[in-house]
Amino acid sequence: MESVTFLGKQLKNPLVLASGILGNNAGILERVHRAGCGLVTMKSIGPGPRDGHNNPTVIDLGFGMINAVGLPTPGYDHMDTEWQALSGRTFPLNASIYGGSLEEFVQVARFVSEQGPEFIEINISCPNSDRHGMLFGVDEKAAFAVTNAVKRVIAVPLIAKLTPAAPDIGKIARACEDAGADAICAINTAGPGMIIDIEAQMPVLAFKKGGLSGPMIKPVAVRCVYDIYRAVSIPIIGLGGVTTGEDAVEMFMAGATLVGMGSAVRYRGIEVFDQVNRELADWLTDHHVTRDEIIGAAHDRRHTP
Amino acid sequence: MIAEHTPLMIEVAEITIHNSVYTTLFFDFAIDFRPGQFVMLWLPGVDEKPYSLSYYSPTRFGITIEAKGRFSRRAVALAPGDLVGIRGPFGNGFDIVSSPHTAVVAGGCGMAPLAPLVTKLHPDLCFIHGARTKEFILFQDRFARTRHITTDDGSLGHKGVVTDLLAAEIQHRTVQNQHQFDMVYACGPEMMMHAVFTLCESHRIPCQVSLERYMRCGFGVCGACVCGDRVVCTDGPVFDSAQLRNMADFNRTALLKSGRAVPLSDYVTWRCQ
Repeated sequence: MESVTFLGKQLKNPLVLASGILGNNAGILERVHRAGCGLVTMKSIGPGPRDGHNNPTVIDLGFGMINAVGLPTPGYDHMDTEWQALSGRTFPLNASIYGGSLEEFVQVARFVSEQGPEFIEINISCPNSDRHGMLFGVDEKAAFAVTNAVKRVIAVPLIAKLTPAAPDIGKIARACEDAGADAICAINTAGPGMIIDIEAQMPVLAFKKGGLSGPMIKPVAVRCVYDIYRAVSIPIIGLGGVTTGEDAVEMFMAGATLVGMGSAVRYRGIEVFDQVNRELADWLTDHHVTRDEIIGAAHDRRHTP
Repeated sequence: MIAEHTPLMIEVAEITIHNSVYTTLFFDFAIDFRPGQFVMLWLPGVDEKPYSLSYYSPTRFGITIEAKGRFSRRAVALAPGDLVGIRGPFGNGFDIVSSPHTAVVAGGCGMAPLAPLVTKLHPDLCFIHGARTKEFILFQDRFARTRHITTDDGSLGHKGVVTDLLAAEIQHRTVQNQHQFDMVYACGPEMMMHAVFTLCESHRIPCQVSLERYMRCGFGVCGACVCGDRVVCTDGPVFDSAQLRNMADFNRTALLKSGRAVPLSDYVTWRCQ
């Protein structure tokens, strides 16, 4: 795929690594970039330190995954060597952050902005902590407040990562746009769901419930991106179950400007980025269209009786 | 069928207590397996941890546990008939070379993942095993192959460390103009594996070592076990010389549960809690 300009920054292609997948250190982020990912996202950084939940935390169901890792983080101010390693990077970086309160979001955002990532993504959508994340992503006023507060203290474009748990995700996206968000990233994991082992007679995940990802949630993700596209004019990073070039095409048609992948790494390895780039380019060539031309294309079609 | 998806609850079939800290749990179940691969062991209500298989046959497998932390103490207290969850196997496993000129170097319970490998290698292999004392030599009567023992206190075999014997054997082969090792396999404390790697490098001998890091998913997505740009659960746990040369975190850095990168010694202290 050809390079794209996103919020004024040059990306080598329109593919994004979802937060929470691999992004634990500079070395692996660079490797994912080399493997064909246009924009890599760090694992969500919080005020921390925080260990996250005990295992089992991540289970592959075959048609997608369920996870409740629980937002582990060294804490933004315990990552000196990581920030140092990232300062010499040769790839664009999206820094995902979270907090348990508006004040914590601001505290983390201010510090992280000074480390010079290309973008900051606020995770207001994680279902795997009782105190963090999703609380802010299901309420328009809370979403506006946190977006607005973070926007004021950072010097880089702001991306709001949303949850499909919102009753009307378009309204949440609109609130984020009104508050100054430069882009929307959707969706975070769906559910939460639960799997119970009938022999053990208890939930498999230590946190009991967990977010769903991968192919099983793609229709939910496509619907969310479709709704958001109708509600806002800022660009959208569409993700949720994308595993192939055709999945990416579907996401672009729903209205995404960039397309993210996470669980796809489980099914096709880190090489999935190069593979999807090729598949996407082939599809566009075969159909004599460009990526720009298919963004939001599904919105222009009318069903005829 | 044991698979990589949700854990399969199976009964502990038999237990062998080797000494005060090492215990092997046996399961009468078929599992698709290559030496060096691991499974995730789930104790419902407690936690889930990765363990390499230390015994393998088409109808039975075993994992050997060193009781050192909260989870492993619970695991060694299991009784036959108790149910545990298993998912896997995960990881790459050892690349097995058929040459008669191989060495296997085990340190402490690093013997466990190497045991199923030993039986697959040419019987002429050079087999070295070190431990703190005689009591900590795992699988004392298991192998027909000659095993060269080292102990820190000299209670059995050579008083010293495994690399003393490996270095001597490499030197012997060089001086006698004999065929040098085609492959050295090592598992044990990371400091020991690094010493083996360094020794092999200085004699241009290829080696493979099995690394350990805190893990969550086991299948390469969560990033908990990254070591430099390598993902230990899927790229490893076995790494060869070429990969080790470029692995800045080898014998240096590991991530805690929070994802914080710390010196390896701090990680080891934390893991034993």
